Amino acid sequence: MMRKKFIEELEQLNVELVKMGSMCEDGLSVVIETIEKPHFDAALMEKAAMLEEDSDKQEKKIESMCLKLIFSQQPVASDLRLISSVLKMISDLERIADQTLDIMHLLEETENLHGLSHPTLNEMAKASYQMLKDSVESFIRRDVNMAKQVYSEDNKIDDLFLKIKEDVIKQIGEEKEMGESLVDVLMMAKYFERIGDHSVNIAEWVTFAVGEE
Amino acid sequence: METCFSVKNLNLYYGDKQALKNINMEIMKNQVTAFIGPSGCGKSTFIRCLNRMNDLIEGCRVEGEVIKDDLDIYSPKQDIVDLRTRVGMVFQKPNPFPMSIYDNIAYGPRCQGLKDRKQLDEIVVRSLKQAALYEEVEGHLDGSAMGLSGGQQQRLCIARCIAMSPEVILMDEPTSALDPISTSKIEDLVLELKKNYTIVIVTHNMQQAARISDVTAFFLLGEVIECDKTDVIFSHPNDVRTENYVTGRFG
Repeated sequence: MMRKKFIEELEQLNVELVKMGSMCEDGLSVVIETIEKPHFDAALMEKAAMLEEDSDKQEKKIESMCLKLIFSQQPVASDLRLISSVLKMISDLERIADQTLDIMHLLEETENLHGLSHPTLNEMAKASYQMLKDSVESFIRRDVNMAKQVYSEDNKIDDLFLKIKEDVIKQIGEEKEMGESLVDVLMMAKYFERIGDHSVNIAEWVTFAVGEE
Repeated sequence: METCFSVKNLNLYYGDKQALKNINMEIMKNQVTAFIGPSGCGKSTFIRCLNRMNDLIEGCRVEGEVIKDDLDIYSPKQDIVDLRTRVGMVFQKPNPFPMSIYDNIAYGPRCQGLKDRKQLDEIVVRSLKQAALYEEVEGHLDGSAMGLSGGQQQRLCIARCIAMSPEVILMDEPTSALDPISTSKIEDLVLELKKNYTIVIVTHNMQQAARISDVTAFFLLGEVIECDKTDVIFSHPNDVRTENYVTGRFG
């Protein structure tokens, strides 16, 4: 086998990216658990904050691995596509981790305000979790069909967002005192919708790395 | 975009051994075309076909056509001196003549019968300027070419080639004996020269091919496996053998 060290380093890059994907998935699991619990759990908030911090560190680690591979190995063709895709994917994963933590803060806020729960929000959380999981899985398997499936899953999450938006508009009219919490619900829904978009981006980078347009 | 060389079904044999197999390729004017591939793949043999340098090798036989300006350069009608005037060549190892810088450049035009000192002066200065060497040698053109550095000697060889006003410059690994600074000067020069000349370059340095060429052809065992825009070869090659070679997984 030629370029043994380079190939080992590329494999390690794969491992590190999958690790970052798992951190983001864990963050969204914490969100789902929080939504499903009757009361806000401070321990879960702590866990979410730690996961976000770990994701940031992981992003920096992967970024420096990519830069080192570029200057030391001068990758081309599939290697170049992989490394440049990984560099783009970590930005999306980092955004997902940030937005996950933002959702946790909003969940904490709404709990303090009125303990508001919203069934469609839970559905969105699960849908965004599934999209992220599928996009990371498509990377692990280098499966273009699976990546393309993520694109179509995005429609579902967009529809859920529109449904929440309509509900919120209706509810604000009916229950004015809930206004602040309902705006938070809308913001959370937007974050989930954005997480879906970032997952689509990841899936698109998988398609590019594999060599298909 | 105009075609400079149109190569059709080219086969080349060294005695019984076939070194080039059914090459078909269009080389376009005012572009840099790079040939890459492992040692012994036929890229140097092929570049030498473009100005019939292989004629000098005993036992070498060429089949097929290399059309330049509607004439097959292998046809008996082709004037070989005229061909090599129009298709100049620069080699791996700088090979200045053991004479002054001025005389190196003036050598070709003098061989063609040019004696007028003023005209020769003009050609020497223009060629040295085009080869990005003039500023470094101005004022001591009478000095020996052998006293120049390797990188300067190679640019002198390019200037000597340019002095004949060729249409094409063939370069067979022109920077493999040079340091990185001299290499980047030659690379800059190639990019500048392609405005006026067609350049074909053989290189073992894939990054060099990626940096300076418009089109890259990958050779393997005497065949052209893939010839495409350089961007395609180094980002989305179509043949797995090209992919394996450019990513260093070959062998």
